[in-house]
Amino acid sequence: MQEDKPVTISVKDLDLWYGATRALNKINLDIESRSITALIGPSGCGKSTFLRTLNRMNDLIDGVRIEGSVRYDGRDIYAPETDVIDLRKQVGMVFQKPNPFPMSVYDNIAYGPRVHGIQDRSVLDEIVERSLVQAALLEEVKDRLHKSALGLSGGQQQRLCIARVLAVEPDVVLMDEPTSALDPISTAKIETLLEDLKKRYTIIIVTHNMQQAGRVSDKAAFFLTGDLVEYSTTKDLFFNPKDERTENYISGRFG
Amino acid sequence: MVKRRLFERGVEKVLFACAFLSVAAVLFITVFLFQRGIPLFRKVSVLEFLFSTRWEPTAENPGYGILSFILGSLWVTLLSLVIAVPVGLSAGIYLAELSDKRSSTAIRSAVELLAGIPSVVYGLFGIAVITTISRTVFGGSGYNVASAALVLSIMTLPTIINITEVSLRALPRELKEGSLALGATHWQTIVKVLLPAARSGILAGVILGMGRAIGETMAVLMVGGNAPIPPEGLSGMVRTLTMNIITDMSYAVGDHLTSLFTTGIVLFLFILILNLIVQLALKSSISGIEGDTGA
Ligand SMILES: Nc1ncnc2c1ncn2[C@@H]1O[C@H](COP(=O)(O)OP(=O)(O)OP(=O)(O)O)[C@@H](O)[C@H]1O
Ligand SMILES: [Mg+2]
Repeated sequence: MQEDKPVTISVKDLDLWYGATRALNKINLDIESRSITALIGPSGCGKSTFLRTLNRMNDLIDGVRIEGSVRYDGRDIYAPETDVIDLRKQVGMVFQKPNPFPMSVYDNIAYGPRVHGIQDRSVLDEIVERSLVQAALLEEVKDRLHKSALGLSGGQQQRLCIARVLAVEPDVVLMDEPTSALDPISTAKIETLLEDLKKRYTIIIVTHNMQQAGRVSDKAAFFLTGDLVEYSTTKDLFFNPKDERTENYISGRFG
Repeated sequence: MVKRRLFERGVEKVLFACAFLSVAAVLFITVFLFQRGIPLFRKVSVLEFLFSTRWEPTAENPGYGILSFILGSLWVTLLSLVIAVPVGLSAGIYLAELSDKRSSTAIRSAVELLAGIPSVVYGLFGIAVITTISRTVFGGSGYNVASAALVLSIMTLPTIINITEVSLRALPRELKEGSLALGATHWQTIVKVLLPAARSGILAGVILGMGRAIGETMAVLMVGGNAPIPPEGLSGMVRTLTMNIITDMSYAVGDHLTSLFTTGIVLFLFILILNLIVQLALKSSISGIEGDTGA
């Protein structure tokens, strides 16, 4: 496929420990920009842990120790001079469970721009509208922008969370099983959305759903007990796996 | 098998009896209080009782107006909240979000201890320390609204700190992570997302603290001055509803005695209303986080 896309995130020899337990072993991986990379693997293999190293969400957990390097845009994000706030502005995240704030739809989306200093109402209006369009949600919520976001359906809430991330104009969007709590129709909507978003953003998505990984991703990484077993184009990984463990997992999952 | 079933039935009955006992106690107290207090209104109108400041129960032409004490209770309670809420909120936020494990354990046990100190000891502390400060600041005896409010604020602090901390900790982790992942700072996250999300719980804590302050008797009695007049500012002496009951109870007879029960009814209604507000606040906090508030 498009092997020559520029690299956005470059991970070298990344190790991660939760206290004394090692959760990631010497991960090496380059993420291409403007593409969708899927992270797959059995439960507990370290997909979420890996994803959260990319925007330093693991900083919040006591006892986490990290070695190796993660370079975003050429700079080591674990270097002491890195501004975590800036990093997270650039590398946004959508969570497994939709997590809208208990405030209005509008305020949810304006939250990011506001904390980054944008106060002008008309600018905010514009950002909110643009983000809702990008997240394919505007039609459904335009009459209830100022009502609580908690009143939306799960699928709408998840697209709202995507819109909220897009509102801060990130470069990379990390998604941890974004559709696992949703019904098939909402899932399909988000998958369609991903196709569209990929033109502008670099997306890394964790998923347990092999069909989903097959449908949406350009490249796929297979994790097993903290190791990155195989990383290649999704096509190759699914139909032409080099590693026996990958093959077993894929064939098992497709049944 | 059969024996086991019988045993479980028995346990169920005992538990039900205990639960019923607490309901019965509330009913019993209510009925008793009203039965003893209501007859006063044959002599004095409700309006006069509530809105007159003439409290001369032993005079030739007795006056039974408790407005001074209602005002006294409100004054010291609200003033104590003005002090306790900002301090308690800050401490609760610190415990839930900022402190490390070791210092929060230390602070938490200190707060628990504070909650367990008998109110008479607070009163002693009030006499020894707080009235002295009050005297220096305001002149006069030092036994006044300010002293009573200050003692009460220390007493309500544990409730407010605890509930603030618990409400913040009870929030789903995703809320905090969602905010931080957008590039918000920790402090922005606390102020703009966590506190608003926990506000009903925190409000419930404040009202619970308020209930404690209104009902407190001994500590305020020891530092409030206890003059049966409307409180005049921070340095004025104050008598609260509770103080009124306890002060006159030892010698009151006849209508005077009845009027103390009637004072009790007013106090009871205050607490009842506060409790209702707490329940409503808690209900809306649950639906606010999980349910549909949009519709
Ligand atoms: N906060 C934590 N403290 C200690 N160990 C943790 C923590 N979070 C995850 N782990 C452990 O790290 C390993 C990887 O967990 P992780 O959540 O990254 O797996 P995952 O691949 O995302 O699994 P799933 O598909 O179930 O989401 C697991 O063994 C897990 O128990
Ligand atoms: Mg996971």
